[in-house]
Amino acid sequence: MATLVIAEHDNKSLNEATRAAVTAAKKMGGDIHILVAGQGAKSVADEAAKVEGVAKVMLAESDALGHKMAEALESLVLSIAEGYDAILAPASTVGKNFMPRVAAKLDVMLISDITSVESADTFIRPIYAGNALMTVKSSDKVKVITVRPTTFEKAGDGGSASVETVSAPDAAAKSAFVSEELSKSDRPELGAAKIVISGGRGMGNGENFAILEKVADKLGAAVGASRAAVDAGFVPNDYQVGQTGKVVAPQLYIAVGISGAIQHLAGMKDSKVIVAINKDEEAPIFSVADYGLVADLFKAVPEFEEELSKIGY
Amino acid sequence: MKILVPVKRVVDYNVKVRVKPDQTGVDLANVKMSMNPFCEIAVEEAIRMKEKGLAEEIVVVSIGPAGAQETIRTALAMGADRGIHVTTDAIVEPLAVAKILAKIAGEESPELIILGKQAIDDDANATGQMLGALLGWPQGTFASKVEKDGDTLKVTREIDGGLQTVSFGLPAIVTTDLRLNEPRYASLPNIMKAKRKPIDAKAPEDYGVDLTPRLEVLKVAEPPKRQGGVKVETVAELVSKLKNEAGVL
Repeated sequence: MATLVIAEHDNKSLNEATRAAVTAAKKMGGDIHILVAGQGAKSVADEAAKVEGVAKVMLAESDALGHKMAEALESLVLSIAEGYDAILAPASTVGKNFMPRVAAKLDVMLISDITSVESADTFIRPIYAGNALMTVKSSDKVKVITVRPTTFEKAGDGGSASVETVSAPDAAAKSAFVSEELSKSDRPELGAAKIVISGGRGMGNGENFAILEKVADKLGAAVGASRAAVDAGFVPNDYQVGQTGKVVAPQLYIAVGISGAIQHLAGMKDSKVIVAINKDEEAPIFSVADYGLVADLFKAVPEFEEELSKIGY
Repeated sequence: MKILVPVKRVVDYNVKVRVKPDQTGVDLANVKMSMNPFCEIAVEEAIRMKEKGLAEEIVVVSIGPAGAQETIRTALAMGADRGIHVTTDAIVEPLAVAKILAKIAGEESPELIILGKQAIDDDANATGQMLGALLGWPQGTFASKVEKDGDTLKVTREIDGGLQTVSFGLPAIVTTDLRLNEPRYASLPNIMKAKRKPIDAKAPEDYGVDLTPRLEVLKVAEPPKRQGGVKVETVAELVSKLKNEAGVL
């Protein structure tokens, strides 16, 4: 059997989520090929070729692919889909955007956001914001799957696959890229950070996030937020951790002024160690926290930063 | 412009679901059901477009058991014009839903279909995109802003890392993200009025779509429980525990 993994990247470097999808593909067995669809993305293809266990890398380039347009990705993947038993992509906003289109055109049911590969046709995926885990067996001829990156090991380097160029067909449906506004930050990406510090409604306003940012910069952490904080306009949408935002599983997750709605817990409860700082001792977040501190965050967070300095941060 | 808005009846947002002891699914007996929150946002967006004079008619569709009619009534009370209820007690996967909706789109010829980006029960995030592919229409998913300029739709999308804006001609698909709008509550007079709005009763057979699931559910299990830990008294104690006990600092 052969599996096609569609790479996640920014046209410059390979996103780690791709390596998680490769690990999922390995568990299914068979040859693994990676498709890098982008623009000016040769360096991504070269990086993908070095991933352990990858037999072949295909590079397709066009303007639309450079902007990850769903319609262009759909047409491209369909043009090379023949012969593959499975097609995998990370469950990012890119993967979630085009993979259902590919599945529909192949007349198969998408298997979204898997957290485990049980066999080549059986997978586990969370439902109800992660309050239940469903094991499903697919009867479809081709398995079209999005992979939750946080639950799979990242495949390392060690491969030396060939890179070949494939042409990008015209998209069946037409859409145009207009613009992009990406948050600029020197901090690590939320999905890949080893430490995440998130703020909730308790932060009060956007300016107050500065106290979290100071801690984040000391720890090399990413800054996240609950839906309440994003809805209130404290921080941009891409900060959101939860059922419909980012799912993170860092070594350390620090929830500050977050009550802990089930939709938020869905996005962070697989973190190794969870810390909650909240002045409401009844807050549900404490039921999942390894270490809870009932305190006023505006006193506790600066103090936390000071204590970090004392131990050498 | 005619807008089609498919809506789904799901377990209410605030209910914490329980897995059945025999692991065949989650317990839905006596659980509060509501319109999927993302579908509410879709209905609201369609109504706002109509209020701005950009749309003439809003048709709401729901595929599901008898109770789904309530969900359609809710949308009608918010301001949609009429409903189509495809009644079935079967489990209908997004692929089959998309196929039925594609048939309905063929009959109704809407210029725009607005859907929720995902249903909070199966969390699949697939129906809108699948429908787009089946119809050969472009899509603007995870929308936080929708603007119509002549025959062009400009959609701002919530993506990893920020926002992306795309544009395309109609007909097209939009799927809604949380911050597109805040859905209104239906007023009592509008709830009364909605009772007189027409709902077409249909069956899946009317559309000739095979509903047989492609995914066999082998098991539905509880996730591993996370044990609540300890409360610490001071920040110094917290840092010391994180460093010496948990080893994460």
